[in-house]
Amino acid sequence: MSRALPAGPPGLSVARRVEVTDIRDALHAEWTKLRTVGGSAWLLAGTIAATVAVSAAATAAARCPSGTACPVDTTKLSLTGIEFGQAVVAILAVLVISGEYSTGMIRITLAAMPRRSAVLAAKAVLVAGLVLAAGAVAIGGSVLAGRVILPGHGFTAARGFPVLSLADGPTLRAAAGSVLYLALIALLSLGIATMVRDAAVATGVVLGLLYLSPVILSVVNDPVWSHRFERYAPMNAGLTIQDTIGLRSLPISPWGGLGVLAAWAAAALLAGGLVMRWRDA
Amino acid sequence: MTAGTVAPYQPDQQTGRDGFAPLLRAEWTKFRTVRGWVIGTVVAVLVMFGLGLFAAGASSSSCQSTSGGPVRTGQGCVTIPPVGPGGEAVSDSFYFVRQPLAGNGSITVRITSLTGLLPPANGNVPGGPNAPIDTRPGLVPWAKAGVIIKDGTAPGSAYAAMMVTSAHGVRMQDDYTGDTAGQPGAVSPASPRWLRLTRSGDTITGYDSADGTHWTLVGAVHLAGLPSTVQAGLFAASPAYQAITEGFGGGENGLVGPSQDTAVFDHLGRSGSWPAGAWTGEYAGAADGSGIGGYHQASGRFTVTGSGDIAPVVPGQAGDAGTTVTQHLIGTFAGLIVVIVVATMFITAEYRRGLIRVTLAASPRRGRMLAAKAIVIGAVSFVAGLAAAAAAVIFGAQLAHARGSYVYPVPWPTELRMVVGTAALIAVAAVLAVALGTMLRRSAAAVSLVIVAIVLPYILGAASILPVGAADWLLRITPAAAFAIQQATPQYSQLTAIYSPNSGYFPLAPWAGFAVLCGYAALALGLAVVLLRRRDA
Repeated sequence: MSRALPAGPPGLSVARRVEVTDIRDALHAEWTKLRTVGGSAWLLAGTIAATVAVSAAATAAARCPSGTACPVDTTKLSLTGIEFGQAVVAILAVLVISGEYSTGMIRITLAAMPRRSAVLAAKAVLVAGLVLAAGAVAIGGSVLAGRVILPGHGFTAARGFPVLSLADGPTLRAAAGSVLYLALIALLSLGIATMVRDAAVATGVVLGLLYLSPVILSVVNDPVWSHRFERYAPMNAGLTIQDTIGLRSLPISPWGGLGVLAAWAAAALLAGGLVMRWRDA
Repeated sequence: MTAGTVAPYQPDQQTGRDGFAPLLRAEWTKFRTVRGWVIGTVVAVLVMFGLGLFAAGASSSSCQSTSGGPVRTGQGCVTIPPVGPGGEAVSDSFYFVRQPLAGNGSITVRITSLTGLLPPANGNVPGGPNAPIDTRPGLVPWAKAGVIIKDGTAPGSAYAAMMVTSAHGVRMQDDYTGDTAGQPGAVSPASPRWLRLTRSGDTITGYDSADGTHWTLVGAVHLAGLPSTVQAGLFAASPAYQAITEGFGGGENGLVGPSQDTAVFDHLGRSGSWPAGAWTGEYAGAADGSGIGGYHQASGRFTVTGSGDIAPVVPGQAGDAGTTVTQHLIGTFAGLIVVIVVATMFITAEYRRGLIRVTLAASPRRGRMLAAKAIVIGAVSFVAGLAAAAAAVIFGAQLAHARGSYVYPVPWPTELRMVVGTAALIAVAAVLAVALGTMLRRSAAAVSLVIVAIVLPYILGAASILPVGAADWLLRITPAAAFAIQQATPQYSQLTAIYSPNSGYFPLAPWAGFAVLCGYAALALGLAVVLLRRRDA
């Protein structure tokens, strides 16, 4: 790979200077693209709206009539909307790269920034950062909705359901973990979209990967296979981060589950990076 | 849009349907010549079939007997239920006091009391059928006793019966699934019930009465192929006690245990050709392991005690250990996702490549162009779905059988409805995807929207965490309602079970649920046509 030497900060070796400038320029370029493309802001707003709306609806539908035991994880219930929000995140992350392939923009991008890994890294950093921010709002809104709605539906402190609060350790872990979950879904989607390029196919692959495992789990009653799905499917494993009750009987620990999803995302990004490097754009 | 928008060119004198066949051909040519779409369709068939086989194979059972009859105790294993005249799994165990009846005739009886015993409230049901069972007085809602005319004593044979029940009044039931209400109210010595069954050829008619003189017709059923000599007499049955607590993500079985009931009959009257000898009392279908029963006859009064049930056997019931054909169709979800991707690309690719301008120049009537696209993608998806669903059902059943797991038998019309309905579901979803692709033009958004609309409500409703009420509601108004077409066993009002989405029961009837999806597709298609006409391509 040959490249013109850009003017970098003085005092660094040429190679180092090139690297730093590359990443910085790449980030700047990607940020300009992301900022000026019409859909991004809408999709981020959509993530928040979808997550909060479905979470609020799920908590509003839950009732704990007096006199019955309600074996329900109120934290997890109030974060239900993430199952919808993640689909919007996936669209955003897929479009970040597929949009360039579908318009041919990618050739200009790569002509200006021949270090392909830097382009992908910049995209990953930006999309993850944006999703972290939007996710924090979405998850915060969901927890707030649960906090307001649940006590009115029988989930009171007197019956063993303390008001949802981020000061509570497990709830904080579930909420913060959910924000990270959304960012990891974005990275997973970005990696897959880099591999398959086409937006429709990438979206199908990502949503299939996420949504098929709970569907399959609902019918597979072989304990060995259920255990495998619960531990290694990205959505099932990743969402254990939301569990706050019955932690001993979980198939995988909350952080372990999120780690599995992180491994999926890393593998997808790595594969995407390699494919991008080896294939013609 | 500004006021200066130019209406698209529409030739006014192109008549009738003559232009439509070439349009279909053009769309078909587009579809079959894009290699990725053809490969995608093949992939859809393969994943749908493969996942179905996986689900059938991964539903292991520790119970290895594959023949009918009594087997298997412990560890979730059950007796393989007999199959009723309609082809469904049934329970046919009850206490039967019988005599043969040759030719036509009738049996009339007065029933003055129905009492029973339930398992203890603390749930300590001792193991073993012969262990002394700690009990408390009480009746399950569908404890039943009365008169019955039955094809024979073979398990699953045809019958018609008039009975009193503990909580549902007088009923006439036939062939396990039929159920007609008679007089309401519970039976007691102060308020006895008279029951009568009359056989005339293949027709059995049931009457009830409060006083033995004024009779009311409850129903007449036709039992095809009833032999000339049938078994007729008195019976008592009491299904297993099952306390159902409505929980999150479907009901949970609380306390389960055998129950029994005892009925007192008198004023037994018969017409027709009955033998002079004594009655035979026996527990029919004793393989159940809950064969509690007996009878006592003195001075015209019969006291009959029984347990078990004469009713269908369905998933969601106490002791349910089987799988349904629905599980072999689980691959529908995977196939659906692939088909949605292909169908969306079928229209969005035209926009991306600018081909849409050529297409619309060649066929300026935009609505017809979209109709042709919808028909082509719908037909292709239907054929693909049909092949995959049929293969998954046929080979899935074989695989499950070979692995020794029990699959609830379903009548062939139900199986046909499930397979054809699944194919239709995929086809309509493809049409919905084309419509949304036309509206949004962006493939990522259209693909996600359709997948989320169809698959996510199913996950939230049937496979997850929502309360039953919310799940029912979701599966009524979202496109996921269409999965009702895959429901294997109907919900019987005369049978206590957990009828929740995650044990395979949908809130809408099969075709009604499918109609919901069709409604969404029609609406989307209509909007797509309007937008397509108004917007510049």
